[in-house]
Parts: sequence; structure tokens; C-alpha cells
Amino acid sequence: MSRLASGGQIDRSRDLDVLFDGRQLVAHPGDTLASALLANGIRLVGRSFKYHRPRGILAAGSEEPNALVTIGHHAARIPNVRATMQEAHDGLVAFSQNRWPTLGLDLMAVNDLASPFLGAGFYYKTFMWPAAFWERLYEPLIRRAAGLGRLDTAPDRDPHEKAFAFCDLLVIGAGPAGLMAALTAGRAGARVILADEDFRLGGRLNAERLEIGGQPGAAWAAVAVAELAAMPNLRLMPRTTVTGTYDGGTYGALERVSEHVGLPPEHAPRNAFWRIVARRAVLAAGAIERPLAFPDNDRPGIMLAGALRAYLNRWSVAPGRRAVVFTDNDDGWRTARDLADAGVEVAALVDSREDVTLPEGPWRGHAGAAITGTRGRRGLKAVRLRDRAGESWIEADCLAVSGGWNPALHLSCHMNGRPDWDAAIAAFVPAAGAVPGLVAAGAAAGAFSTRAALSGGAAAAAAALADLGIAALPVEIPEAEDAPTRIAPLWRVRGAKGRAWLDFQNDVTVKDVALAARENFAAVEHMKRYTTLGMATDQGKTSGVAGLAVLAELTGRGIAATGTTTFRPPYTPVPIAALGAGGAGQGLAPQRFLPAHDAIAEAGAVFVEAGLWYRPSHYPAPGETGWRPACDREVGHVRNAVGVCDVTTLGKIDVQGPHAAEFLDRVYANTISTLATGRVRYGLMLREDGFVMDDGTAARLGEMHFLLTTTTAAAGQVMAHLEFCAQCLWPELDVAVLSVTEHWAQVAVAGPRSRDLVNDILARPVSDADFPFMACGEAAVAGVAGRLFRISFSGEHAYEIAVPAGHGAALYERLVAGAAARGGGAYGLEALNVLRIEKGLLTHAELHGRTTAEDLGLGRMIATAKDCIGKVNAARPGLSGPRREQLVGLAPLDPAGQLLAGAHLVAPGADPLAENDLGYLTSACHSPTLGHDIALGFLRDGRARRGAVLRAVCRLRDRDTACRVVPLPFVDPEGGRLRG
Amino acid sequence: MRLICPLCGERDLREFVYRGAAVLLQRPAPEAGAAAFLDYLVTRDNPAGPNAELWQHEGGCRAWLRVVRDTRDHAVLEVALARELAR
Repeated sequence: MSRLASGGQIDRSRDLDVLFDGRQLVAHPGDTLASALLANGIRLVGRSFKYHRPRGILAAGSEEPNALVTIGHHAARIPNVRATMQEAHDGLVAFSQNRWPTLGLDLMAVNDLASPFLGAGFYYKTFMWPAAFWERLYEPLIRRAAGLGRLDTAPDRDPHEKAFAFCDLLVIGAGPAGLMAALTAGRAGARVILADEDFRLGGRLNAERLEIGGQPGAAWAAVAVAELAAMPNLRLMPRTTVTGTYDGGTYGALERVSEHVGLPPEHAPRNAFWRIVARRAVLAAGAIERPLAFPDNDRPGIMLAGALRAYLNRWSVAPGRRAVVFTDNDDGWRTARDLADAGVEVAALVDSREDVTLPEGPWRGHAGAAITGTRGRRGLKAVRLRDRAGESWIEADCLAVSGGWNPALHLSCHMNGRPDWDAAIAAFVPAAGAVPGLVAAGAAAGAFSTRAALSGGAAAAAAALADLGIAALPVEIPEAEDAPTRIAPLWRVRGAKGRAWLDFQNDVTVKDVALAARENFAAVEHMKRYTTLGMATDQGKTSGVAGLAVLAELTGRGIAATGTTTFRPPYTPVPIAALGAGGAGQGLAPQRFLPAHDAIAEAGAVFVEAGLWYRPSHYPAPGETGWRPACDREVGHVRNAVGVCDVTTLGKIDVQGPHAAEFLDRVYANTISTLATGRVRYGLMLREDGFVMDDGTAARLGEMHFLLTTTTAAAGQVMAHLEFCAQCLWPELDVAVLSVTEHWAQVAVAGPRSRDLVNDILARPVSDADFPFMACGEAAVAGVAGRLFRISFSGEHAYEIAVPAGHGAALYERLVAGAAARGGGAYGLEALNVLRIEKGLLTHAELHGRTTAEDLGLGRMIATAKDCIGKVNAARPGLSGPRREQLVGLAPLDPAGQLLAGAHLVAPGADPLAENDLGYLTSACHSPTLGHDIALGFLRDGRARRGAVLRAVCRLRDRDTACRVVPLPFVDPEGGRLRG
Repeated sequence: MRLICPLCGERDLREFVYRGAAVLLQRPAPEAGAAAFLDYLVTRDNPAGPNAELWQHEGGCRAWLRVVRDTRDHAVLEVALARELAR
């Protein structure tokens, strides 16, 4: 045990049940898994990515590269969780990763012996021959050996959520700068969000023994947080990492809602991904300490100096018995002092700077010295000191290293901003204005003293308030430590043999960077990719700057000229489940149901999705297997008696106004203005590029009132197009366009007995004389004001009845009952499709965006006497003529032959190859009316090839069917059934 | 990214649909000929800087909007109702 006797921000009165690799840990509320591991004397917590080196905890925050664990079991398990970010809770079960068979005895550690062959870019060089081996052997092998935790392959059933928030000021980070910014803005009444990735707000104040205004920093932070929590205009978001900055003041943030409890409250998500839109933001994310590069600097027991202070002060954990501190800056001294005050023996304070006077204390000071090596395979045992006297080994189980601090400026670079190099503090600082509306403050801006953080946070908030025109009250900056930053950066210890790690997570050493430079991958982005430095899940938080500084030294270019790699979101890993919350399965996808949905479902229909709509595919009767018998029977209803189909899904667009007819003439290829009131016309719409957009009907309900129908698929597109035409092209036309698809239920009644059926429910029965084919009008339908259209998509005598949507189900049920009484019944989408193919009518299988009116045999519909959308471009050369593929009907020579949509047409003697391709089938079905398959397709110069014999070849389903080009429609070419 | 709809106010990007360059507002006269229509449909500038675009507030009032956006930083410089501009 190395928990200190007292102190720390943990609740010692409670023990938590925490398991690591099956071992029970003593942990308390307030602990992280990392602090609990250290408190239980566990130093070896993981194996490195490539060499399987034993690794311990390096850091105390989200930058941790080594201590990655898997939390939980089975499908709910989460790999690659940083132990430093995982709160201890009852029932927490954690496992080490990337080791076999155990963490202590990892046989894959043989990789470490092979390290001379596994340097940067080894896979480009080593596994070259034979080429075929790469994909089948080398890559799978390498992937298996390397790596981190593994996901379970079962679906993740944990709930996740997306959430949205808006504020005047987003404060990112709740250290001294963030707390002051939030206090300043909160007291002024601004809407503030204060987000911090930690569960305890206060940042470094919780980790240091600093005083603010005469009280301990952690206590001051607690008072500030209590004041903020009481503000109604301020939202505290602990456990929330702001992960990205985006256009327009938008920020992404991951809130770990219930990762810190054993059993989440009911309905609580595991994570919530927030989209926060902030008018202004203060980046107060603090700074991340840099390790130092010296041989074997990756052993368990070697920690960042600031992290060591955090474990000492916040979690009351002494990570060793005998410590050495190695630093290149004044901040490292604090660790020596805190260790000594906590009763840990400090064997040496090693400072790489020559001209420095080390502080007095119970330690031996070594200025101008360095650590040049370490011992201890599974945990540090000794370090080798090189000072003026020469080299000597010092026994130590703990080494604190400090290479200075990097402002956590990542979020300021997400919109292409490049940070500025500040030589005085040997660190990059955020460039001003890199993200509009975002200002950095405190350590994130390179102001490392507590006093500077407090005043910087307050000033940043005050400036944001002034921008927003919110009056700020003066805020007093409390007294606090204001030490200058003194550093002489030591990017690598020179003249020492052995591998010195830069990127712990991806196992990248100084040697690898040197190799990259030598092989001319000397640009920083090339070096990154060649060595993979900074490409692990920690994205180089502890290694990026050191890596480029070493590269700068090796190439002699200087750090500012070398520059940084590009920081991209997310700042820390975000589970895909959180980003995709609501997207799995049905999720939050909208569904559109027919007015008669329930009745259709009750009738046993099989539903099929058509866009967002759910439509009945067919209605199986008892004894029928598969869809074909049902479909054939339903086609028979329509051809022989009467069928009923809910066609509410068709787009319905209401067009009204004095210029409605003129407007429709301009958007339809054919003329609509000549249509008489009470009549319907088939209409064809083109896109401006001359291809067909959609077809449908235009019904004239009054002099200035039209109702258009569109295909189900194109309803949205046609609506937007008409709005474009009305608003953008011809605003001078007085016309209003409104989608009424949802407002009207519409039911098709088709078949020789359809008139009798509709007359059952019409207040005023219709006759063929007063309501002929293509008539329309108002109609009282079973006491409801509705509309009647004599239109047909089946080639039969047919009607469509429309009533307000609320009456749709009743109308449908009455019609189906009536149809059944007349020997018919409901028909579904399969039958509807067969009926229309038999008649050669079009859907978006044919109107697929690459067909012209001419291709469809509708060229003459484009009126010559007027302009319309697409008319000029439809006349382009190449959009008509014998080289085009034209709509044709096809029937198999052998009545048993099968035609499949998607099959390609070739001449009988030709190989079915692309160069011999003559066309393709778009719609195919078995025609129960004719007793054989039929198809619609596009055939080069098809209209001139009537009677030609071809092959329809479908390679997907291995069909090769001889077929003949036949005239359309297949059924009732004279249209007698339709008009009669 | 956020857009300020002249009718609805400031809204999230996802309520809007991008519909192409604002050139589409200037449909040539029918007699202008094929070349003019080809230009209208296809020929586009690709500026690094302010660019006039058409957007539709599809998930809102359904107004078509002319938006001037800086392609370098997505700053939205101007939003106007296409109907007003076309008049």
C-alpha cells in the first residue's frame, strides 16, 4: 500500500469494489482507476503497442498514453479506456490489454528483442516479397501482434444520446482561468456553460498545494464551483470534454454521463454527444506536461512530475518510496518539495540546466546533469545519473520527469489555425483569432502562473462580454502565486546509448525520428506518418512537440520553422456509438404511415419500405406461400373485378393563384393552361438539363386552382423544384404552391366493377357520360367533402377518391369491404407494379435521371409553342436519335423464360460484354394476365428494332434469356378497358 | 455552421439544403440559345473567397435563400430571400 495516512480529495469512509485483472483493489470515492492502481502498489498496468514493453501510469489526465484498459465484460466492454479518466465505482471491472497470456508474462514481448528490425517504416521495407504475402500473411500477422484493446463483436446495447445546447459563453476547462472566466460572465448574467473533462472541477488547483487569497487552491475552487452551481444562468458540465471546434461557434462535446457508476440510472445514456453553439468561448484547457527523452525512459515508475504531484496531493498516493526528480525547468522543483513534504525520500533533484541554483531541501541537487538510463524491467529500480562527476547509478523506484508544459491549444487549431512558437516558455501558444469568437486564457494561452491564470480568465470573459454588449461587473483577482516560467528545454539527452521514447503509445523513439530525417521524411507531416509519432489514440499529447523539436534539432531548422502537425477533432477519443446515437436500427429515423395503415396491417399485409413510407407489398391469403400467388391474385382482382389500393403516398401539390396555369405551362413540358376545369391531364416535368424529372397528373379543380400528383419517390424533389421556380425564377407570377400530401388520403379503385363500387359511397353517383376518363371534381363521399378523379395507373376503368386524411382509414375499409363483396379486394405494391408494367406505365425505375422524353417515346409531349424548364437543353444534340437507348417492351421467346430487372441486352451471337451492350431492363415481372414474364427496358435505337430477338443476360443471378422486342403496352393496347 | 434565415432567424445548418450556385437565379431567356443555357447550368466559378450560393430552408419556411459565404472560412456574409432579389 502506498496510500498516505491522511489528506487528499477522497472519501476514505467508503471502500469501493474494484477489480483489475481479477485482483481486488482498495479504492475510495474520488479515486480514478489510475490512482487506485497506484494506491494499491500496482505499477505495471499495460504493454506497449509494438514492442510490448511493460508500461506504467505516466500522467494523471486525459493525455495518458500507457495506462489503457478494457472496462466491463462482453458486448458492453469498452477497450482503450484511460485509467486516469475512469472514475472508481462499485463494481468496476478493468482488464489490462495487449498482452498474452498475462500482463506480467507477455510472450509477445519477444517483439522488443526484434526491435532493430521494427523501426520506423519497417513494414515498407521488411515485408516486401513476395507481394501477394502482404495482404494474406504479413498484414494480418502484424495487426494481430500490435494493437490495443479489442471490441466485442456483439452489438453494443448501451444507450447513447445526442444533445444540444446554446450559450453566450462557453468556458472550456474549469481550472483557475476557467473558473474566473465563468465567475466573471456568470455574475454578469450571461448564459454560460462551463465544461471540464474531470469529474472534480478546479483543474490544477486540486493537484497543487497552492494558495489563492489565503486559502488552499482546492478550497477556493470548491467555493467558486458552489457559487457557479447556484447561478440559474450557468450550466456546469463536469465529465464533459469539448472535443472539437466547428464553423459558426459550434463545439462538439462528449459528456460521460454514466461511465462513473456501476449501474446507470434508468434511461440514462452511457455517453451524450453535445453540439454546443456558443456566441463566444474561452479556451482554458490548461497545459500538458512533456516527458523527457533519455534511454529507457518508459519504465513503470517513471511519471510526469506534475502528475506525481496530482497523485500525492489530490489522491494522497505516494507512487514510490525513493524518488528522483529530473527536470529542465523550475516547475519540476515543486515535485521534489511536495514529495519530501509528504515523507517520500527524494534521492536527487536533477536539473539539466547548467546555470541554475537549485532549491535547498532534503535531497542532493545536481545542476547541469541528466538521467542517461534506467533499470527495472517491470518497474523502475535505478536510474543512471550523469553529472559533472561522471556517471553513477541511484536506486529509485520512482522518477518524476518534467520537460516543460505545452498549452492545451488543440481546439484553437481545429479550423486550420497554426499555433505560434513562444521561445520564452519553449512552447507553442494559440494564435490569436484562429477560431472566431474563441480566446485562450491561462495555461492554455501560455500564462502558467496561478495569478496569470486567474486574471487571464477574468479578462477573456470580460472581453467576450464587451463583444456581446453585456455589462460586466468588476471582478477582483485574488492573490496567488505568480512565479515566472523558467526553462531551458532539453528535447533529448545526448550522448547516451539506448532507445529514448518520444511517443509511448505508438512506440516511437528518438532513433525513429532520426531515421525519418535521414530518409528525407523531414517535413513534420511526413515524419509523423513515417514514424507514426502522434498517431495513436492519444494523438501525441505528450509526444507531438517533443517529436517535432527533435526533428528540428536534427535538421537544424528550428522549431518555429519546423511547425506542428495538424490538430483535428476529436481532442480525445469519442465512441462511435455516441456520435451515431439514435442512428442504429430504426433509431430516430422518421416513419410515414398510410392513413389506413392499421387496417392494412390487420388484413395481414406484408409491408415494404418506400422511402420513409410503409406500403403494403401484398396480402397473403391462407395457404399462399411467398408473394407471387398473392400478387397474381390481386392483379386478377383489378383485371376481372375491382381492386382497392391506398395511394396516399403519391405527392400531392396544390397550386393556386391567378397565374397558376401560366406557371404550370412553364414547369411542365406539355401545355396545362388549355385544360378545362374538371379535367385531368398527364404531365411530364423536365429538369433544366433536359432530362425527365418526374411524371404525374395535373387536375384542374378551378380556374385558378390545380392539384398536381407526383410519383412517391420524387414528391420532395418536385416540391422543392416548384418552390425554386416560383420564388427564384418567376416571382412576378402570382401563384402559391403547397404540399398537401399529408392532408389528403387517396385511395385507388380499379377494375371493371370500380364504378359500381364508388357509386356505393358517393352522394351523387357518377356515370361514364358525365364523369368520363380523365374527369375530376369535388364529391361528397359518405358524407365527407372529398374529391374524385377518373385516372388509372392499371389500365383499367379506375377512380381515385381523396378525403381529408382523418377519414382515410374509414374510406379504405369501406372500399375494401365493398370490393370483396364484388369479387375483388385490396391490392398491394407488387400487384400495382405488375399492373403498370403490363400497361407500359413509368416509375422511377424508368425515370432514373438519365432518360429524356425522347428516350421514353414522349418527345412529342414537349410543347413547341411555349418555353418550359428543360426545353432548350432537351434539344441538345446527343439527347435524341438512334444512338440513344429507347424504352421498349420485352417478352421471352419461351413463355417459361425469366426476365430480370438489371439484366443487360446483347445480340444473340454476341458475348455479354460491355462493348456489346445494347441496353438494359429496368422493370420486369411475371404477367398473370399474359401468363409469361414481361419487362420494360432501354434498348439502343429500340423503337426501330421492334420484333428483334435479343438476349437478356443477368450475371448476378446467372440468367440468359432469349427475348423479343414487343410493342407497348402489353395489355389492352387500344385502351378500351381504360376508357370504357 | 449556422445561417440566419430572413424569415425564421438564426438556425442550424441542418435545417438548410445547399442547392447550388446563385447563378441559377439568372435563367437565360429561351431564345438565348444552347450555349447560354450550358453556361447557366454548368459553368461555375470556384472562388477562394466570397461565393454567392442558393440554399433552401427546407426544414423551416422553405424559402430559397441567396447566401454569400466565404469559402475559405465558411463565414456567412449575407443572406437574402431569393424571391426579393429575383423581383
